[in-house]
Amino acid sequence: MFFTYLRRELRRRMRQAVFIALGLALGIGLVITVNAASSGVKAAQGTVLQNLYGVGTSATVTMPPSAGSFGLGGRNFTFKPGATIKIDQLTATRSLGSLSDSAVTTISKLNGVAATGGALTAVNVDTTFKIPNFSAGGGFPSGGTRSGDGQFRGPGSFNAGNQVTVNGVDLSAGGQPLGPLSNGTLSSGRTFKASDASSDVAVVDASYAKSANLKVGSDVTIANTKFRVVGVVTDPAADSSADIYIPLARAQVLASPAMKGKVNTIYVAAASSADIATVQKEIEKAVPGATVTTSADLASEVTGSLASASSLANNLGKWLAIAVLVAAFLLASLLTLAAVSRRVREFGTLKALGWRSRRVIGQVMGESITMGIIGGLVGIGLGFAGSKIVTKVAPPLSASVGQTTGSATPGGARTFPGGGGFPGGGFPGGGGFPGRGAGFRAASAAPSTTVHLTAPVTANIIILAVALAVAGGLIAGILGGWRAARLRPAAALARVE
Amino acid sequence: MYKLTSVTKVYQKGRGTVRALDGVDLVISGGEWLAIQGPTGHGKTTLLQMLGGLDRPTSGVVDFDGQDLAQMRESQVTRVRATSIGFIFQTFNLVPTLSAQENVEAALVPLGIGAAERHARASRSLEDVGLGDRARHLPSELSGGQQQRVAIARALVKEPKVLLADEPTGNLDEGTRDEIIGLLESLWRERGLTLILVTHDSSVARRTQRVGIMRNGKLKIRQATRDAAT
Repeated sequence: MFFTYLRRELRRRMRQAVFIALGLALGIGLVITVNAASSGVKAAQGTVLQNLYGVGTSATVTMPPSAGSFGLGGRNFTFKPGATIKIDQLTATRSLGSLSDSAVTTISKLNGVAATGGALTAVNVDTTFKIPNFSAGGGFPSGGTRSGDGQFRGPGSFNAGNQVTVNGVDLSAGGQPLGPLSNGTLSSGRTFKASDASSDVAVVDASYAKSANLKVGSDVTIANTKFRVVGVVTDPAADSSADIYIPLARAQVLASPAMKGKVNTIYVAAASSADIATVQKEIEKAVPGATVTTSADLASEVTGSLASASSLANNLGKWLAIAVLVAAFLLASLLTLAAVSRRVREFGTLKALGWRSRRVIGQVMGESITMGIIGGLVGIGLGFAGSKIVTKVAPPLSASVGQTTGSATPGGARTFPGGGGFPGGGFPGGGGFPGRGAGFRAASAAPSTTVHLTAPVTANIIILAVALAVAGGLIAGILGGWRAARLRPAAALARVE
Repeated sequence: MYKLTSVTKVYQKGRGTVRALDGVDLVISGGEWLAIQGPTGHGKTTLLQMLGGLDRPTSGVVDFDGQDLAQMRESQVTRVRATSIGFIFQTFNLVPTLSAQENVEAALVPLGIGAAERHARASRSLEDVGLGDRARHLPSELSGGQQQRVAIARALVKEPKVLLADEPTGNLDEGTRDEIIGLLESLWRERGLTLILVTHDSSVARRTQRVGIMRNGKLKIRQATRDAAT
C-alpha cells in the first residue's frame, strides 16, 4: 500500500514532483561540478607545487634570516683606486637563515616523518669591476649619485657578471634525494650517487646547460672550483629549478661564509598525507623558530590564472552551489507544505480510518525522499556532464608561486632578495665595501608553470550528492510530515466542510 | 454501547466562544439505528465527532464499551477508530489517487493485515455494495452514488461495531439517496451494526429507530415516526 500510494501520488503531482526533483538536481549538479572543479584546481595546484617543490616532499623547513646577515660574506675588501677586482663567490641565499645538520637528524626522528634531506641553496656570482680613482675623503662628485667631500677621478666600471643558482644536494641518504632535483628528468649523463658526496661533480639544468654551452663532461666553475658535469636534467617547471646541482658537502665548504655543517632548507617527506599537519607541528616544536611550509601553505601563494580558477571554484562556485541548493531545499519544502495543505481532507480521512500519525508522516516523507533521490540521480548526471564540460572547455591555467623571501619554496628560496643595489654605506674614504648591501639580482621573476584543469568526479562527491539529495527530501518531508502530524482528524475534516 | 454524560464542547471563535455541545446526555444501545437532525451549526457533526473519537469534549464523559474516549491517549483512540468505528462522509472522502479497491484496503492498513487478505476482504466488501466490477476504477471514474458505495465498503470492510455517517446522502440525488439509505439499512439489519446517522433529510430520519434533535448544542431524543426495524 505504501509504495502504491506513493507512486500514485507522485504521478498525480507529476508536474510538481518534476519541479522539485529538477530543483534539487540543479543544486546537486552544481555541487558536484563545483566540487569536481575544486578538486581539479587542487590537483593542478598540487602539480604546480610538486614541480616547484619536488616529488615526495610534504614540507620544507627554513629559518628566517638573522638581522644584519646581508652583505658579500660580511667581509671588507681593501683595494687601491684604479684596481680591477674579480669575485667568483658562492653565497648562501640571503633570504634564508641557516639550520644545522643536527636539525635534519632531529626532524628525521620525528613521528610521521618518512624521509628528510638538507639542502643549501646558494648563488654563485662571478663578476669583475674596476675601482675608479677618487680623492681621499671619499664621496661622490657633484652631479654624481651622491654628494660628498671627495671626487671620482677617471672612469670606473662594474660588470654584474654571471649569476647562477646552485643547489647543494644532500646525498647522505643515497637514492633519490628530496628537493627540486627530484623533479628533473635526466636528459643525458647520470644523476648523483652516494659516492659523489665529496666530489666536484655537478648536474646542470638543461636550459642553463644550453645557455652556458655545457654538456656531460664539461667543466663548470663555482667559487673558483671546477666541477665536472656528470648529468643534465630537464625540469618540468624550468623557471623553478636550480641552474647547477652539486653535492651538499661541497656547497657547504665553498659557500662564503663557510656553511660547514649547515643547510638552509630541509625537505621533509611525511609518512602519509594525513600526517602532514601533525608533522608540521612536531617540527615547529622540535626546531624552535623554524618556518615549516606545507603544500597547503603554498597553495595560498600560487598566483596566475590557476589562482583565479581556484578563487572562482572556491568562492563564487561554492556560494553559487550553496545558494542554488538552499533555494532547491526551500522550494521542495514549500511545495511539500503546500501539497500537505491541499491534502488536509485526505490525511484527516486516513486518520479517521485509524491511520496513526507516524504512518501519515511516513507517507509524506517517503514521497519527499523519493523526489530527493530522483533529483539526486538526475543531479549526479548533471554533475558528470558539468565536470566533463569543465574539463573540456577549461583553458590551460598558468600558475606561479609568489615571491616570498624566506619562503620554503625552492623557487622563492633560489631568488635573490629584492632591495638590491648598494644601500647604506656607499664608498667610504679609502675605499672598501662595507659589509652591507648585495642583492645583485633585483626581484627575479616568480617561477611559473602551466597545467590543464580537469574536474574529476570522485566517489566521495557522489556520496555527498546522494546525501544532500536525501537530506533535501528529508527536510521537505519532515516539514510536510510535521504539518500533517499536527492535523487533528476532526479539524482536518471540518476545514473542508 | 455508548453512554454520553454531560458532554460539552466549547470552541474558541475569534474573541468569543461557541458552545457546540451543551451538556449532552445520551445512551445508545448496540445494534440501534439513531438519526441526528437539527439546523446547520447546532452541533450535529460535533456530536458525531465525539462519538467517533475524532475530537475530545471540553468536559463530560464519552463512554464507549466501558472506555472513556475523552480520557484515552491519542494512540488508543486511533486504535478504537481502526478496529471498531466506521465513518461515512457527505463528500465521500476517497483518496483520489487510489482505486476503489485500494481505498477500501486503506481501512485495513492500520490493522496490520497482510496484502493478500486485505485484497480479498476489500473485494468482498465491494461486492457487498454492488461494485465488484468497479474495483480498479479511480474515484473520479465513478458516479457520486458509486463513490459513496465505495466509502460504505471502506467503512464496513473492517467489520466495525459502529457506523457513523455524516450526511451520507447530502450530495446525492433523490434516487441515489434512496439507494444508499436502502443499502445502509440492509447492512444494518444483516450485520447488527450500531448505525448513527446525521441528516437533514426527514424522510431518511423517519426510517431510523430514534431521532435526536440538536438545537443550540442541546440534544432532545424522540422516537422516529416509523420504526425501520419493524
